[in-house]
Amino acid sequence: MPSGSTTTAQATDAVSGGPPPELTEASRDETSLRRFLHALPGIDQVGLEQRAATLATRSVKKDAKRWAIDAAISMVDLTTLEGADTPGKVRALTAKARRPDPEYPDVPPVGAVCVYPDLAGVAVRDLAGTGIGVASVATAFPSGRSNRQVKLADTAMAVEAGATEIDMVIDRGAFLTGRYGLVLEEIQAVKAACGDAHLKVILETGELATYDNVRRASWLALLAGADFIKTSTGKVSPAATLPVTHVMLQAVRDWHALTGEHRGVKPAGGIRGTKDAIRYLVAVREVAGPAWLTPRLFRFGASSLLNDLLMQRRRQLTGHYSGADYVSVD
Amino acid sequence: MSETPFEYAPAPESADIANLRPAYQMFVDGKFVDGAGEPMKTVNPATEEVLAEVTTAAASDVDRAVRAARRAYDRVWGRMPGAERAKYLFRIARLIQERSRELAVLETLDNGKPIRESRDADLPTVAAHFFHHAGWADKLDYAGYGPDPQPLGVAAQVIPWNFPLLMLAWKIAPALACGNTVVLKPAETTPLTALVFAEICQQAELPPGVVNIVTGAGEVGAELVAHDGVDKVAFTGSTDVGKRIQRGLAGTGRRLSLELGGKAANIVFDDAPLDQAVEGVVNGIFFNQGHVCCAGSRLLVQESVAEELVARLRDRIGTLRIGDPLDKNTDVGAINSRAQLDRITELADSGDAEGASRWTSPCPVPERGYFFAPTVFSDVQQSMRIAREEIFGPVLSVLTFRTPDEAIAKANNTPYGLSAGIWTEKGSRILWAASRVRAGVVWANTFNRFDPTAPFGGYQESGFGREGGRAGLEAYLNV
Amino acid sequence: MSDRLAVAKTYKLYIGGKFPRSESGRVYRVNDAKGGFLANAPQGSRKDLREAVTAARKAFPGWSGATAYNRGQVLYRIAEMLEGRREQFVAEVTAAEGVPAKRAQALVDQAIDRWVWYAGWTDKLATVLGAANPVAGPYFSFTVPEPTGVVGVLAPQDSSLLGLVSTVAPAIAAGNTTVVVASRERPLPAISLSEVLGTSDLPGGVVNLVTGNAVELAPWLAAHADVNAVDLVGAPEILGTELERAAAGTVKRVFGAGRAGQEPDWTRPPGMERLRAFLEHKTVWHPQGV
Repeated sequence: MPSGSTTTAQATDAVSGGPPPELTEASRDETSLRRFLHALPGIDQVGLEQRAATLATRSVKKDAKRWAIDAAISMVDLTTLEGADTPGKVRALTAKARRPDPEYPDVPPVGAVCVYPDLAGVAVRDLAGTGIGVASVATAFPSGRSNRQVKLADTAMAVEAGATEIDMVIDRGAFLTGRYGLVLEEIQAVKAACGDAHLKVILETGELATYDNVRRASWLALLAGADFIKTSTGKVSPAATLPVTHVMLQAVRDWHALTGEHRGVKPAGGIRGTKDAIRYLVAVREVAGPAWLTPRLFRFGASSLLNDLLMQRRRQLTGHYSGADYVSVD
Repeated sequence: MSETPFEYAPAPESADIANLRPAYQMFVDGKFVDGAGEPMKTVNPATEEVLAEVTTAAASDVDRAVRAARRAYDRVWGRMPGAERAKYLFRIARLIQERSRELAVLETLDNGKPIRESRDADLPTVAAHFFHHAGWADKLDYAGYGPDPQPLGVAAQVIPWNFPLLMLAWKIAPALACGNTVVLKPAETTPLTALVFAEICQQAELPPGVVNIVTGAGEVGAELVAHDGVDKVAFTGSTDVGKRIQRGLAGTGRRLSLELGGKAANIVFDDAPLDQAVEGVVNGIFFNQGHVCCAGSRLLVQESVAEELVARLRDRIGTLRIGDPLDKNTDVGAINSRAQLDRITELADSGDAEGASRWTSPCPVPERGYFFAPTVFSDVQQSMRIAREEIFGPVLSVLTFRTPDEAIAKANNTPYGLSAGIWTEKGSRILWAASRVRAGVVWANTFNRFDPTAPFGGYQESGFGREGGRAGLEAYLNV
Repeated sequence: MSDRLAVAKTYKLYIGGKFPRSESGRVYRVNDAKGGFLANAPQGSRKDLREAVTAARKAFPGWSGATAYNRGQVLYRIAEMLEGRREQFVAEVTAAEGVPAKRAQALVDQAIDRWVWYAGWTDKLATVLGAANPVAGPYFSFTVPEPTGVVGVLAPQDSSLLGLVSTVAPAIAAGNTTVVVASRERPLPAISLSEVLGTSDLPGGVVNLVTGNAVELAPWLAAHADVNAVDLVGAPEILGTELERAAAGTVKRVFGAGRAGQEPDWTRPPGMERLRAFLEHKTVWHPQGV
């Protein structure tokens, strides 16, 4: 692994001696990178989707459901990524992030607030001292179609504003034309620009088209030092799906088996309901393992999900269904 | 957020949905009747509690059922236009769909299989089987057996306990579609869904005698298949009993189809999609507690990936949830009977004695009920009993190979030939291997798929005749 | 007739493409229909039968793995060669069955035509009997017929050539290999046919022919664990039930169950019955995904 790609930010319980030689070897040059990525086991689409569908039938009730709802709330990266975003909009979000349900102060705060870089400073000020992260997208989000300089400047802007997490996008064009080295270097460069901030690498799985590509991109990002691998920008359909998340969870699971390091996964986009969120948590538990059931290692990129979680939480507590007017629309 | 681990709370399906009754009668000539045999008790294998008392047939009852079937064949069903038979079968398919939740719960109670499987696998396939065969009833002229193919007459059908209602569907749907009438005996330990099916026949207004269900143990089945009044015998079950039936029918000229045991090889090549192969191997042997004649009970893995695959397998098997079959989160349910549990235990012990290495899933196993934790034997050699005999339980034997030819040779080195699995990303290798394994069903990069349009059945000692598809009709037509 | 003394033929078994004598060293007298001496035929033993099964098993992978087109040409070649030896077979059938020459000619012609009929079937079986199964899921599922394996043929006792061809040709057209017990009283056309097969393109071991007493040989054939199917059409009627019982020991496919020794009218169109009898259906599934 290239130097500088591991940071203290990573949840490290690395086995002594660093990464195994095959991983160090993998990113040595373009050829070895290609060889490594193309030697990863293939994925059978039907089998994968079937497994995801079967796991989605898990029935989570009672205590387990209450636990899952609170866990999911704490894993939400409460997100607004609109052209129309304003400081006011961001403040609405930060308020919600701190106290998601004013009537129930025991609701845990969310994992982070996720905004564009120019608004990161607003979020940082609002959330100072709360322990809630500020995530900023960067690197010419969402398309990533700009030059390296612009992407790094974008990243630097967010980091300077105090963002604790950077959500970058990979160069899908380069990836799809097989220029893996370029993608790797770019992630490494952004990683270096992040300083202490966590790096989430958005694969934009909807544009990668095949699960084999998702697996390769996941490993590429992990090799380059990503703290998290993230499915989507939310601007491309399909965004996060359960099978895609399975593939990424397998990648961090296998990465851990090889290196001893825990890296995180963030499905983003399209996760709107509690039922969906719980299915993701089931996948986390059964594919990667219970160790990943923490906001340090699993996040949801979502906006409307939080309110559904809050309504379901009330349903669990009060015994009747809640309504949209009983949670804040932010 | 609390630090409670994310343990799923029990999520049991309500047993009440099964509408369980204290006593069940058998079904002869359109009526529910008591048989002259000793009543038997059917037990919930997950709790060892008695579910219900079930009447059983004596020889005289079997005779009555066969005669009822004959009358129905001669007077009604055999001469009914195919289009009319079709409508009865469509009705039955719909009624099964309507009552599928009830039937799924009842199946799980009586058999011990997880509700997830009875609900998501058994019942949908049962309904599909009737729906598919309904459409054949008036299209037999186009099935490729020449013009106006005729039915055989009265079919005696004996089915096993592993997929009680599904095996009933595989037997009754094609028989009726082709114009035969049937006398069916469900397994001694799992008679209940068949008797509810009889009620569905009534609700569908199926003419009396077209379907008769007689209950009891092996001797009732023996009585039935040996009855002079039957024209056709269809049996699914063990190879031993299958041979006995074939022997018994020698010289009679009665038609016979057999779907018997298996010892399927699941072959994993080094370029396999590993995560899906793991899923496929798990599904192949732990689906329905391994009570599947086509179970992938022999894992043949290429030596270069054996260690990695087995490690992944163990991790994955460790996540299987064994327990209350009615719990929607249960992956592995109860072994169907004490006798079967004893047999599995005995064969697994032979694996230890013959020098294989046993690994048992660390998952908690209920104290009450018949359960057997998922088990994997490695260092298994071709000569060991666990590599040759059908265990019919959640026990996987791992063998290795070095070259494709060796894989095929080992896969085929068995008197059985029901099914096989092939895992590789290389298309030409799939087709090469699929054409060389001697098995009636080959799953490549998948396992345990069933569909009414896809013929199912064995080579060699796994039986003869097919169930499903155009080929399956041959077993019920005089062609 | 000239004064020249004809060269008499020593009739032999046909096993694995070779023409051995019976290991028993025994022969039996074969008469013509009027009781006159025709020749001595080898008295095949159970050991000869065992050798024949071994040869058939050995030939199975090659023959079943050959392309259907190839098998079709091989079968057609047999018809070509029989046509060239038509007169010989007419004479032998006349002698064996005691039918008028004209009738024998018709039988031989039909036997030749039957090879042609089955030669044409080899590459149509999969089309006619196979299927693409429209399963309810993201899979491609197809079903193909495959040969059952080694088929034991108890050849008809009466119809020495047409009946023999009508039982052997469908079995091998489908890709099976065979062990044939020829008609005891009328074995000479069968032996001559094996000589045709031996010089045709048919690989050795695909058809193995043993002459002798079916009463003695049939039980060994029916019970042999490496035989996958038996055709009882020429079995001694009295042994039918016993043979079926023996066949059940390894779940053999039995053609002619309950009808042992009952010969149909071989001159009628044969249909697909015997082709289907010695075929298995193999269903293959594969997911469809990217």
